[in-house]
Amino acid sequence: MEVFTLQLFNGLSVSSILLLIALGLAITFGLMKVINMAHGELIMIGAYSTYLTQNIFKDILPPSLFDWYFVLAIPVSFLIAFVLGLILEMSLIRFLYGRPLDSLLATWGVGLVLQQLARSIFGAPNVAVTSPSWFNGGVEVLGAVLPYKRLFIIGLVALCLLAMYFYIYRSLEGRRMRAVMQNRDMAACLGVSTRRVDAMTFAIGSGIAGIAGCALTLLGPIGPSLGTYYIVDAFMVVVLGGVGKLVGTVLGAMGIGVFNTMFEYWTNASLGKVLVFLCIVAFLQWKPMGFVAMRSRSLDS
Amino acid sequence: MMESSILRCDEVTVEFDGFKAVQGMSLQLKKGELRFLIGPNGAGKTTMLDVICGKVRPASGRVTFKESVDIAKKKEHQIAELGIGRKFQAPSIFPSMTVAENLEIAMRQRRGVFTVLFARMKAEDAARIEYQLEMIGLQDKADWRAGGLSHGEKQWLEIGMMLLQEPEVLLLDEPVAGMTDKETDKTGELLIEISRQRSIVVVEHDMEFVRNFASKVTVMHEGKLLKEGTMEEVQRDDRVAEVYLGKRRDADVSRSTA
Amino acid sequence: MLTLKKLTPGRIWLLIGYAAAAAALFSAPLFLSDFRLNLLAKFLAFAIVALGLDLIWGFTGILSLGHGIFFGLGAYAMAMYLKLEAGGGKLPDFMGWSGLNQLPWFWKPFENFGFTVLMGILIPASLALLLGFFTFRNRIRGVYFTILTQALVIITTTLLVGQQAYTGGTNGVTGYSKILGQSIASSDTKRMLYWITAAVLIAVFILCRYIVKSRFGKVLCAIRDGENRVRFIGYNPAVYQMVIFTISAALAGIAGMLFVLHVGIISPSMMGIVPSIEMVLWVAIGGRGTLIGAALGAVLMNWAKSEFSTTYPEGWTYFLGAVFIVVVVFLPNGLMGLASKFKLGKGKKRSEPKHDGVEYPAV
Repeated sequence: MEVFTLQLFNGLSVSSILLLIALGLAITFGLMKVINMAHGELIMIGAYSTYLTQNIFKDILPPSLFDWYFVLAIPVSFLIAFVLGLILEMSLIRFLYGRPLDSLLATWGVGLVLQQLARSIFGAPNVAVTSPSWFNGGVEVLGAVLPYKRLFIIGLVALCLLAMYFYIYRSLEGRRMRAVMQNRDMAACLGVSTRRVDAMTFAIGSGIAGIAGCALTLLGPIGPSLGTYYIVDAFMVVVLGGVGKLVGTVLGAMGIGVFNTMFEYWTNASLGKVLVFLCIVAFLQWKPMGFVAMRSRSLDS
Repeated sequence: MMESSILRCDEVTVEFDGFKAVQGMSLQLKKGELRFLIGPNGAGKTTMLDVICGKVRPASGRVTFKESVDIAKKKEHQIAELGIGRKFQAPSIFPSMTVAENLEIAMRQRRGVFTVLFARMKAEDAARIEYQLEMIGLQDKADWRAGGLSHGEKQWLEIGMMLLQEPEVLLLDEPVAGMTDKETDKTGELLIEISRQRSIVVVEHDMEFVRNFASKVTVMHEGKLLKEGTMEEVQRDDRVAEVYLGKRRDADVSRSTA
Repeated sequence: MLTLKKLTPGRIWLLIGYAAAAAALFSAPLFLSDFRLNLLAKFLAFAIVALGLDLIWGFTGILSLGHGIFFGLGAYAMAMYLKLEAGGGKLPDFMGWSGLNQLPWFWKPFENFGFTVLMGILIPASLALLLGFFTFRNRIRGVYFTILTQALVIITTTLLVGQQAYTGGTNGVTGYSKILGQSIASSDTKRMLYWITAAVLIAVFILCRYIVKSRFGKVLCAIRDGENRVRFIGYNPAVYQMVIFTISAALAGIAGMLFVLHVGIISPSMMGIVPSIEMVLWVAIGGRGTLIGAALGAVLMNWAKSEFSTTYPEGWTYFLGAVFIVVVVFLPNGLMGLASKFKLGKGKKRSEPKHDGVEYPAV
């Protein structure tokens, strides 16, 4: 029983991180038909931002305040990734709207450069980030010990999801975003600045990736290629979840995270991945556009 | 007893996420008939064409081709092979290929992978394409990239492609949109010419065009059949007038046919 | 091309150009050192992958980020043969280290060279056919397909790494000595292998050219321009996509086999995500949608890589990233597109395929 609880919990924990990463991807893809391969590097940047914040605290503040670095690191990671996303959008992504495959290749190039930059600045070896002491230990549920760190991450993701939900479905900005997503030309005619909406959305997606990076520092050492481990899985979440609704992404992330953990537990890491892949392909036979799909009447849909 | 029809739709209903775009629509097309399908925006005209050519699956109802083939079970390319051709509202040609190449692949032929891989351009095929190029007035632009044609020329090219396909039923969605008056008249004459051997369904908004060339008109409204008859009969009908001019206008504005 | 092909001056020049290129390829051993020749042979093998990739991406508009796998499977097939040939009946070394004391059944047939070559083509081709069957038939395409191919890369490489006893794990398969009884390191064999590679490249080029110029090729272009429209003309795009994807994977497999012969090693890292996407870059740089462009792009990029990447590893990565961005954003038709811009061509107005081949849900 406790093994099962633990596996389920681990699966949920993996899901939550995947969700955080896939959230930004799904939104940018749904809105602009842009596939951002540099998303993984934005995660990496979020992680290094946390690392830097930690170092600053270590250097200039008394040790008693050290734990509080993490409280600051979350907004800092978000902000740095946000700004970088904004720059990326304004300088490159906007030339690639509606060209998903091209955007995929170009942003892969961006990712390559960012990784190399990180390597040049921080060095190729992984660096460790000391987690705040509050996160040591865990809570016992049904005989299994659930680490606080992972619980915290799940909570953080839930919070981000809630914030995203309110942003997309309850705020004025979010309404504009949905309008552009559903009918770009019409929204533009009605006076919505699509340029602004695109830039903001992309930046927010990037910012969330930054938070994901910050969260990842709790789980282990970080390195320049941190993002590449997660990016393909995150894309699979988008494929599985479909585009256009938040709930699809949530379901996709849950599905992949939980099944991945289960399969890996039953078989081994490499075979587990194969099984998950086969399951995804099988699922797509049933629903080729993922859990949720927006229907349209145009020929090229 | 009903006379034999080339195409028959019985009680077709189409749903889009709970919205019924077509509700129990029936339509019968005789061989060699030129039928105009009209109605206000959102009446379900384009959706009907979509159903017939297999792009949209009806939630219920039957579409029968030549009184024997049930179309609902076929895939789009199979329906096209059976002999139902479709021209879409927005010109959809292959922009990066030349005009002649567009016609070449549209031409009636066996379409299996290996047949096509080893296909040679026979003299008679070349002649067919040549003839079609002349008919659509693009003989001087045969080597142009189709994407570089004007809107009207693209419309013509698509019509030409469809004719080379030699379907028995042609479905045309607003074929004269974006054409000049002269081009429009030319298209109308062409349609009459074609309908001697084939059956045609035309969705059209241009009433002038419909008046000039229609023999039989079907009016749809809110997914249902409103009236069927000659243009005069239709014009005299009160309900049709109400739908087109009257009070229920606001209900239609919310949806467009695009 | 309504009339039968005539020998216009343009065509004659083209044929002369091809003949000159072929002659240059075959006489290269006269001018190059063994080391350079070996490098060139490797680049030519890459050019074969690029041709296959161009068929599927440049002409059909389907981006595969999985060609490293097809390449790698071909390479592994050949590597298994070479390993067994080198061992001369003994168990390959890495199997012993992993505690195997008997040759696994699926290794056995690879003692036969003919079988190996067949498998080097068939295995990648069937994998592609399988993936194509389960995706194209359901109209999974565009980015969705691309992402699935990338996932395929990840799981295949993890499998290869994970099954160390059977595959050599991270280190891959290396340590060859003989091919068909001949020493693989001798100059004569190397030259012979070079010629074989050049001949295969030319044959593949002719094959691709035939495919592209045939009506089949035109249907492929039509699929790139508007897959759904093709359907309403009466073609089943899924079948065409499956066939071309399979051919493309088979070519990658052939390239992989040749690659191993020249390089002497294959490991999971040579077929992973990064090499797969680099293959796409070769085609992008040369010019997608032109066969010559794809082949030249592969040779050029790899030559540049071998010149610079060891001396300036950091600079090379920045350069590679920048090239990706610049080519995709500003030079979507690559160097060939650039070249045709300078050549004020009249007549055929059909230069740039503007689409990137994907249909997206209308927004």
